[in-house]
Amino acid sequence: MLSIRNLHATVDGKAILRGLDLEVGAGEVHAIMGPNGSGKSTLAHILAGRDGYEVTAGDVELDGKDLLALSADERAREGVFLAFQYPVEIPGVNNTYFLKAAVNAIRTHRGLPELDAMDFMKLVKEKLAVLHMSDALLKRAVNVGFSGGEKKRNEIFQMALLEPRLAILDETDSGLDIDALKDVAEGVNRLRGPDRAMIVVTHYQRLLDYIVPDRVHVLSGGRIVKSGDRDLALRLEEEGYHWVRDQAAAPA
Amino acid sequence: MSAVAHYVGEFARRRDTLPGAGNAWVDALRGDAIRAFEADGFPSSRAEDWRYTRLGALERKGFRLAEPGAAVDPDALDPLCLPLEAAWRAVFVDGRLAPALSHLPSGGDLRVTPLADALADGDASLGTRLTPGERRPPSAFTRLNTAFMGDGAVVRVEPGHTVERPLHLLFVTASADAGAASHPRLVVEVGAGASLTVLESYAGVGAGGYLTNALTRIVLADGAALEHVKLQSETDDAYHIASVDVRQSASSRYVHRVFQLGARLGRTEYDVALEGEGAQCTLDGLFLVAGRQHSDLRLRIEHESPECRSEQLFKGILDGHSRGVFDGRVRVHPDAQKSDARQTNHNLLLSRDAEVDTKPQLEIYADDVKCSHGATVGQLDDNMLFYLRARGIDGDTARALLTYGFARDVVDRITDDAVRNWVADALFARLPDAKHLRSLVE
Amino acid sequence: MASQPHEVEDLIRRGYEHGFYTEIESDTVPPGLDEDVIRLISRKKAEPQFMLDWRLAAFRHWQTMETPRWAHVHHAPIDYQAISYYSSPKAKKDGPKSLDEVDPKLLETYDKLGIPLHERAILAGVAVDAVFDSVSVATTFKDRLAKEGIVFCSFSEAVREHPGLVEQYLGSVVPPGDNFFAALNSAVFSDGSFVYVPKGVRCPMELSTYFRINAANTGQFERTLIVADEGAYVSYLEGCTAPMRDENQLHAAVVELVAQEGAQIKYSTVQNWYPGDENGKGGIYNFVTKRGECRGARSKISWTQVETGSAITWKYPSCVLRGDDSVGEFYSVALSNLYQQADTGTKMIHLGRNTRSTIVSKGISAGHGQNAYRGLVQVGRDADGARNYTQCDSLLLGDKCGAHTFPYVEVRNPTARVEHEATTSKISEDQLFYCTSRGLSPEDAISMIVNGFCKEVFRELPMEFAVEAQKLLSVSLEGAVG
Repeated sequence: MLSIRNLHATVDGKAILRGLDLEVGAGEVHAIMGPNGSGKSTLAHILAGRDGYEVTAGDVELDGKDLLALSADERAREGVFLAFQYPVEIPGVNNTYFLKAAVNAIRTHRGLPELDAMDFMKLVKEKLAVLHMSDALLKRAVNVGFSGGEKKRNEIFQMALLEPRLAILDETDSGLDIDALKDVAEGVNRLRGPDRAMIVVTHYQRLLDYIVPDRVHVLSGGRIVKSGDRDLALRLEEEGYHWVRDQAAAPA
Repeated sequence: MSAVAHYVGEFARRRDTLPGAGNAWVDALRGDAIRAFEADGFPSSRAEDWRYTRLGALERKGFRLAEPGAAVDPDALDPLCLPLEAAWRAVFVDGRLAPALSHLPSGGDLRVTPLADALADGDASLGTRLTPGERRPPSAFTRLNTAFMGDGAVVRVEPGHTVERPLHLLFVTASADAGAASHPRLVVEVGAGASLTVLESYAGVGAGGYLTNALTRIVLADGAALEHVKLQSETDDAYHIASVDVRQSASSRYVHRVFQLGARLGRTEYDVALEGEGAQCTLDGLFLVAGRQHSDLRLRIEHESPECRSEQLFKGILDGHSRGVFDGRVRVHPDAQKSDARQTNHNLLLSRDAEVDTKPQLEIYADDVKCSHGATVGQLDDNMLFYLRARGIDGDTARALLTYGFARDVVDRITDDAVRNWVADALFARLPDAKHLRSLVE
Repeated sequence: MASQPHEVEDLIRRGYEHGFYTEIESDTVPPGLDEDVIRLISRKKAEPQFMLDWRLAAFRHWQTMETPRWAHVHHAPIDYQAISYYSSPKAKKDGPKSLDEVDPKLLETYDKLGIPLHERAILAGVAVDAVFDSVSVATTFKDRLAKEGIVFCSFSEAVREHPGLVEQYLGSVVPPGDNFFAALNSAVFSDGSFVYVPKGVRCPMELSTYFRINAANTGQFERTLIVADEGAYVSYLEGCTAPMRDENQLHAAVVELVAQEGAQIKYSTVQNWYPGDENGKGGIYNFVTKRGECRGARSKISWTQVETGSAITWKYPSCVLRGDDSVGEFYSVALSNLYQQADTGTKMIHLGRNTRSTIVSKGISAGHGQNAYRGLVQVGRDADGARNYTQCDSLLLGDKCGAHTFPYVEVRNPTARVEHEATTSKISEDQLFYCTSRGLSPEDAISMIVNGFCKEVFRELPMEFAVEAQKLLSVSLEGAVG
């Protein structure tokens, strides 16, 4: 479903991704792990279409469509969803009408009728319950005054609402206590399905105890240097990233 | 004739018809003011306080005191008023109270006395209550206000009383004379431990091109609380000059929100003195200008006692050929230890021809303080824009939403529900893309 | 409580280190200012006619001007007729031809100030122009620089040897009538340094001028002009001291920088003029106009200043960012102790596209000192994509001092981004306690915290200066612990 071939990208002239290849099939959950500065978050942002990164080579296709040719909102309407590591606070922009604008933009693109206020609220309340979230947040501005945990829950709640084809979770576990981590993982697991692919970007394997991946990749120096099943994550936890780096450096 | 001579002549012509004429203390107050105005005139273009705001056009207009009797269609006033069930209401037409359009309490916690009555009946002690303290030298405009003040209100809440219902004071210019002036004066006194919400709003329904020169004086006793919202929504060719003077005793709390949306030239000056220990003030504001509008907001916050707090958030949105000025100074006096002062000013430029000038200032003479200010000028935040687009919202809609959010953020700070919703409505009418926005947010 | 103010004060009160006076015979013009004095200065320097005309025009304009009053400083009116406008150490002949001919007393003075003028003794890679009262007494490493085509000499010499360059650039950044003090300087300036770095040349060493006011009742009015031609690079340092005297002395300098396309000028100042005594008596009035123009595309001017001296500092090193993609920087540490008053900051005038500026200002107030940051960031109508970031922090040590911030931001372009942030605070009890609980004395702790507070600025200074600046700050702060 998602196919990344030989992706090279730079930020301010500095190479961050240097020939990254990744195939994620429908229904699969892939974890991308790696040390700090390995390019994990850059990959997540490039897939979502953030400005400021220059793709110098390679291509990215979602269901055969050239993703790199699309703007961020067009990608979102095609079904790409990025759960942000640091969701930005937007004072003055109310959560409810923000969500409604997003849901209806995507529904319209999919050829579905826009939801009216009543149906929209029904949908929202249903998804909120899954994440043990209070509907009080609907009255607040986007992410404003949310705790770290609330912000992460809110990201997963939005994911549930927007039903993406490809979900990218960027360090969703960072800064979460164990209860919030479980809620978030449960929210994510409920969204697993045959039509949906997920990429879980994380530094620690802890999250993978709750969201069990089909494949684990290690990103280092802007490239995937090792892939395996979830045992790879456990091994990393034990031996640290040095182990992979040393191995990658050793002659084959 | 020079601009100064014009007003001096105008005063000589009208003095005997002004409220309180013949009352020695009133005559003395007015006489002193016009003489001082005659001596000093309008501020020179080199005065630091007027660095970014030119008064030439205003001076050339030679405004005349509005004649009474302009007819006002009550239906036209409806959208300008808070719903009657939500608030007390005093409507001033061309600077004079219109009792038929007003609905005021008769006795009780809240007393609203028309200023004209007070000038006619009151004694000299009222004079000191009307006039801001000596600390700040009077300006040309406050002097003109003193010379010409016609009506307004003296609002008083007795100690210990909480007034639940907001008081709406609406000043509307309805004159058919495009050079009409009104000089309203408002005094709000909140007794110890008492609290009140006041909405002060300005609009025009007549010929336009008029001048409103308002002076508001607020005195908060120990532990008093006032939420004061000002909506300046004059016609786009009008001139609006206002001065708000606030004196705060110990542990009092002043919360102000100003929305400067109208007028060709709109300037509101604030002088807030935190005189008593532990006094707090919050001033937030938004100006939204387009076309040839010029908005100027000037703040002077004086931390005079220990443990006071002040906080300000001011935002500006500029389109067309407009110009916006923010000049905010916080001064912490010697011995005002444990002062906490924070000021933020954000400006959004939407057009190539707009200009913004901002001057946040800190003047600090005590060491155990926490003071900061920040100012930005720029466009919408890239991170916010990306967040919205990453959720499928197209660029234009995302920008409209964020611009609205930028303004709405200040509106949302209003505590009183009725006032907040009403101001939000007034804001819509002024925003670009209002129709599209309404479809998104309602 | 972590600190005990009185004890600490007693413990470490130390005076101004550079307050000595050199007994040397001087040729000093009697106090007073009129056209004859200006003609005399010009004649003493054997200047060409264009210089005299230029001076006289500036003087006539100055007479129509008023002292600026907007700065947040207070002083008694200055009697401009009571100042001597020219003083030079008496030379045996027309002037020293080499260092060997320089009066040994002068060399001794500079040795004492830590600025040895013998080239072999000099800190590696720093060329020095030493200005004593009104004249330049020595310039080192001139020949070596000349090999690269670099001109580094006293202003007087530049007027004689390179009149074409002087006439082309003098007053092109700070016009003679720019402001009251610049006009006065233009009329009476006696000496200063001149630097020209030709196209594509990277100046191989730091250039530096050391200013010393020695004589009594004299003003120092030097003028510095630095031109970096296309693609050139130069780093320039300036240091200043003066003897301790009871009366105030006026220092009104002008510095002009011109950076052509792709050129870079880095200008660093450590200003340690005599600040006056603990009762606020004496000290230098430091009223200086410094401005650089990034004339060409991709040029860069960077000002770094450490201002610890002077009774009054009035100084706004500025950048006119005319060339597209040009960059202006201002890094400042200003300390006001005793009764010192500082009103200092910068102006960043964005005219070209994609111009960028950074302002980092650290103000430290102690004793009865008053410290104000005053700055202007202006973005013109055509400066698409302009960016400014300003950070102004003030630190208060003691409850008799003041810290003030007066920024002006004027933006006329919707694609610009300007950010200004300012904070004022005292050293937190927590920080102090943390340090003292690790065994540091309160004064060491404060010195360390203050140095940390200034770090962003110090790291912009050339190495030798950074060390000097840190020491200077500690010394200037002594007795200020509160």
